[in-house]
Amino acid sequence: MRWLEPFFTAWSGVVTHKLRSFLTILGVVIGVAAVIALMSVGKGTEQSVVASIENLGADLLLIYPGAATEAGIRKASGTIGTLTVEDATAIYEEIPNIAAVAPTYSTYVQIVVADQNMNAQVSGVTPGYQQVQNLEITQGSFISEYDYQRSSRVAVIGLNVKETLFGDSDPLGQPLRAGNYIVHVIGVLESKGASKLGNTDDAILIPLSTLQLMLGQPRTSQGDHVVASIALTVTDRAYSSEATEEIASLLRFRHQLGPGVEDDFTVSSMEEIISSVTDVIGNMTLLLGAIAAISLLVGGIGVMNIMLVSVVERTREIGIRKALGAREHDIWSQFLIEAAMLTFTGGIVGVLIGWAVSSFVARTGLMPTVVSADIVILAVSVAVGIGLFFGFYPAWHASRLSPIEALRAE
Amino acid sequence: MIRLQGITKVYPMGKRELTVLRGIDLHIEQGEIVAIMGPSGSGKTTLLNIVGCLDGPTDGSYLLDGGEVSRLSSGELAQVRGQKIGFIFQTFNLLPQYTALANVELGLRYAHRGNRHRDHALAALDRVGLSDRAGHRPTELSGGEQQRVAIARALAKNPPLILADEPTGNLDSRSGEEVMSILRSLHHEQAITLLVITHDDNVARHCQRIIRLLDGQVVTEEVV
Repeated sequence: MRWLEPFFTAWSGVVTHKLRSFLTILGVVIGVAAVIALMSVGKGTEQSVVASIENLGADLLLIYPGAATEAGIRKASGTIGTLTVEDATAIYEEIPNIAAVAPTYSTYVQIVVADQNMNAQVSGVTPGYQQVQNLEITQGSFISEYDYQRSSRVAVIGLNVKETLFGDSDPLGQPLRAGNYIVHVIGVLESKGASKLGNTDDAILIPLSTLQLMLGQPRTSQGDHVVASIALTVTDRAYSSEATEEIASLLRFRHQLGPGVEDDFTVSSMEEIISSVTDVIGNMTLLLGAIAAISLLVGGIGVMNIMLVSVVERTREIGIRKALGAREHDIWSQFLIEAAMLTFTGGIVGVLIGWAVSSFVARTGLMPTVVSADIVILAVSVAVGIGLFFGFYPAWHASRLSPIEALRAE
Repeated sequence: MIRLQGITKVYPMGKRELTVLRGIDLHIEQGEIVAIMGPSGSGKTTLLNIVGCLDGPTDGSYLLDGGEVSRLSSGELAQVRGQKIGFIFQTFNLLPQYTALANVELGLRYAHRGNRHRDHALAALDRVGLSDRAGHRPTELSGGEQQRVAIARALAKNPPLILADEPTGNLDSRSGEEVMSILRSLHHEQAITLLVITHDDNVARHCQRIIRLLDGQVVTEEVV
């Protein structure tokens, strides 16, 4: 057990001077606690944002008309109607691993129910919309294939719409005037919050074919039905980048775009959005961590300061040890281990405090937090590293003391 | 055991130099017990520091136990101290945060000898009659007891040479007498070489030979 002796010696140095040890590690404690707490807020934010994006469907792909951006400049307006219902059908039929496709066209019309009157966005959708948007129905049913084929005069409404127009009364079967058409409510959507396609709580969904009738909707020169966007889901998010490429080449073919001609559509995936959001939040977390790391560094300078004082105070002890035969490395290893032990203890205490702060923040509901093992290990090792780094000079200084002068010290 | 030849020590004092020892020749046999006496400033402590390998001489040769030590590096000197020399100080120099037993163990630790430190330390405490005080800290011990702990510390590693710098200087006469009789009996039992610096004639009486220093030179040597 002789190799343990330096550790016992160092430990006794730590516990003999409790107040000084405490003051020494205070800076490290605060630094580590700040790193842990701030990084946990960053991590927690990242996880919750990613989770809420995934909740909307990580397997979601969106196709908009218009050219892709290049070097940050959008080349053409996204309002040009280049996407069609036929494009959507072709994607569903020709590209593998597509779970559902939802071409959509939206417009603002005046909605009237009894004495309630509101201007609202009405979206024309296909039955696939429910699966693509991962929508649940609380009352009634969603638009069926039958409704779509027959251009039925039916509507599915969001929770806010239901409350505004119908209050507490049962909306099912109730008529709703949208522009010059009367549609009947057949379903109410479960509340889901905002999504990339707008807030479904505010949605009024009718069959796409019905909307086309209402608007006498524009067609392309080939006679295809123009839609505003196409949303689709892949069977597994692993296929999303593959599907993105295949959709792009299919649409280029269908739109007869020659080589060198810009895409007249944009395909974006949730996968991309998640990774860019993760990047942004990761950078923010790193910045927070770096700021906290500065306080850790300042704590390290505090360690050096107090270790130097400690060496001066314990000059006589050093002299006694040297007289007894301690060599220079015995002395500096003792002080170095002591410094590392102090900052290690500081690191552990800091982790506990940081953890407590982070769970307190999480409990107040202010921000989500996640304390991850890698940050804890990193922070504690950095603390020990700081102890070794800033303890080195005082330890070296102690080891170089002349035994005679050290023994003479009061 | 100790053979000093022409030992000179010069300290730089700003621009001037202070010569503390001027060519000391000294020969101490194995198992001798020798007192060094002399007024303050005569160079007693400097001589003891050199003999104790705490410091090197400016000039001269020092053979300890057959080996030349005057030109060793500080690390090598530390090793010689750890293995061959036990110190007893006027102010005891025990570490206040350690128990008596831990203080004695500390003497063994830097000697790098063997593993059963605790047993050797307990045996050494027993020899100075303090085995029942092993768990006490220095502040809980009387001056005489503290000095006996220091003797046990010097003794535990069984060094061939023990150096004592005014070992009774901080003790009342009864404790001083006790300490000296312990040193004498150890000397009798183990044939330890003992070098004692003292002002006190009563202490010097216990020794076989008295060396008197004045202004860094040996003035008289008398056999008691």
